Amino acid sequence: MTVGLNSLYTELVMEHDKRPLHAGLREPFTAEVHHVNPTCGDEITLRLQLTGSGATQQIEDVSYDAIGCAMSRAAASIMADLLIGRSVAEIEPVREHFEAAMGSRGRLEGDEDLIGDGVALLGAAKFPARVKCVLMPWKAYQAALVESQALRS
Amino acid sequence: MNSPSRAFDIQAIRADFPILERMLDPETPMIYLDGGATSQRPRQVLDAEVAFLTRDNAAVKRGAHRMASAATDAYEQARETVAAFVGAPSPDEVVFTKNATEALNLVAYSLGNGDPSTPPALRVGEGDEILVTEMEHHANLVPWQELARRTGATLRWIPMADDFTLDLSDLDALIGARTKVVAFTHQSNVLGTINPVDRLVEAARAVGALTVLDAAQSAPHMPFDVAALGVDFAVLSGHKMLGPTGIGVLWGRYEHLAAMPPFLTGGSMIEVVHLDHSTYAEPPARFEAGTPPISQAVGLAAACDYLTALGMETIAEHERALTDQAVRGLSEIDGVRIIGPSVGPHRAGAVSFDLAGRHPHDVGQVLDSLGIEVRVGHHCAWPLHRRFGLHGTTRASFSVHTTADEVEAFVAGVARTTDFFGGLS
Repeated sequence: MTVGLNSLYTELVMEHDKRPLHAGLREPFTAEVHHVNPTCGDEITLRLQLTGSGATQQIEDVSYDAIGCAMSRAAASIMADLLIGRSVAEIEPVREHFEAAMGSRGRLEGDEDLIGDGVALLGAAKFPARVKCVLMPWKAYQAALVESQALRS
Repeated sequence: MNSPSRAFDIQAIRADFPILERMLDPETPMIYLDGGATSQRPRQVLDAEVAFLTRDNAAVKRGAHRMASAATDAYEQARETVAAFVGAPSPDEVVFTKNATEALNLVAYSLGNGDPSTPPALRVGEGDEILVTEMEHHANLVPWQELARRTGATLRWIPMADDFTLDLSDLDALIGARTKVVAFTHQSNVLGTINPVDRLVEAARAVGALTVLDAAQSAPHMPFDVAALGVDFAVLSGHKMLGPTGIGVLWGRYEHLAAMPPFLTGGSMIEVVHLDHSTYAEPPARFEAGTPPISQAVGLAAACDYLTALGMETIAEHERALTDQAVRGLSEIDGVRIIGPSVGPHRAGAVSFDLAGRHPHDVGQVLDSLGIEVRVGHHCAWPLHRRFGLHGTTRASFSVHTTADEVEAFVAGVARTTDFFGGLS
């Protein structure tokens, strides 16, 4: 039974679910967003702290409070770890690649150099009902980014 | 059609449901425990729809050709069958809608659409009160929130007791002279709790309030008789009672329907139309604007015949035994908290549980890998889950075709879920 299941609940996913990185809400932050998945009631509050401007805009901190399944909690943990300390510009191709792989129903293999532990989440791409669980933190990040940039411009 | 005294032979019943032969993958048969979300359809229902569509299909109540008459006869025959199924004194009290949600919205909108010529009892306005319960499905909550918002009425609710039944200790304070509507579910889609309809009807009647019963979860699983229940309105869902999607039922007392303004307007529901105003048909036509779900009505009637032939009391007994088995089995698993009342006559076949705080999506995913199809999440009853400090639950719901072996597999699957996630704390 667990062949498909183990491709979803990989050891890395289980590890991030049990001990999520960068969890909890911290200050300072440039924007805070709250996203809800109305079909399952999962919620994430995400804070983004940006510094600098234009091409050199840096993600200084991502903090969050996530209520959800193992997949969504692990996705938030992995995402925060990928984002913190990077520039907004260098994260864009990471986000695009991750979203494309998640939406590919398993046809697109993830590039570990680009998305790091994110490859451990790609098992969910074959479970259409779970794709939105994994993408919810990224949607929250994008919304926080738009809000931060609107405030800073 | 089935003979009315068909024996309850579970293997014969299973043979009526072609989908039960489905394999999820070459090793995994499908165990369908999600009839509470949508039921599977027996061959008799599928055949009835095909027979109608391949022989009698036409638009109803328009056109003078023989096909139009044949289709209209089939549609009206379906109304008679549904009326008999719910114990309605007349088929004119049965309105076909697109689903139970639309049926509830129909009542909620109509009660806000009146003018001074509408009887006061059928008109909700400022200062009036609408009473619901904390256990409602969103379909029997949000339409009343919206009616209150549109009219300036106040929404109140009967709270839950800790034992997963309604807390009726303050009922006298909650129902009063201002109460116009008491809307409640017959059977909770999450808890399996069967509510004391008689007590609520009595309290509502004492103050002249209308009662609206959400019977989407109850009517497919137990004897159901609107006359005996004494409510003013009841709604049913076709696809939760072995019938098609795209059709629901509103039953209402004729005297009410006859005095109520329409909800949706347009073709088929009119009497005379002028450019600047119109008059409306008598019920049920007044509430069936546009071309109705015709083949779905035929399919729904076949579902009513199918259930009636098995016997609603027999079905209730069958599902009660399965519920008993599931509740007892789950109770022996460490970390399981059953979200519903203890077994007994006021407990029906929806068994929801929390597994040591593990997210229901994760629980459902493991069960699905074993072929066990259950519902996960808040089941469209978010306030109820919040009341018990939960974000969601995992729910198994039983049907006429569910076997004791399937319930055993389900209980074993929940135990394996505990093992899979290991060290639940």
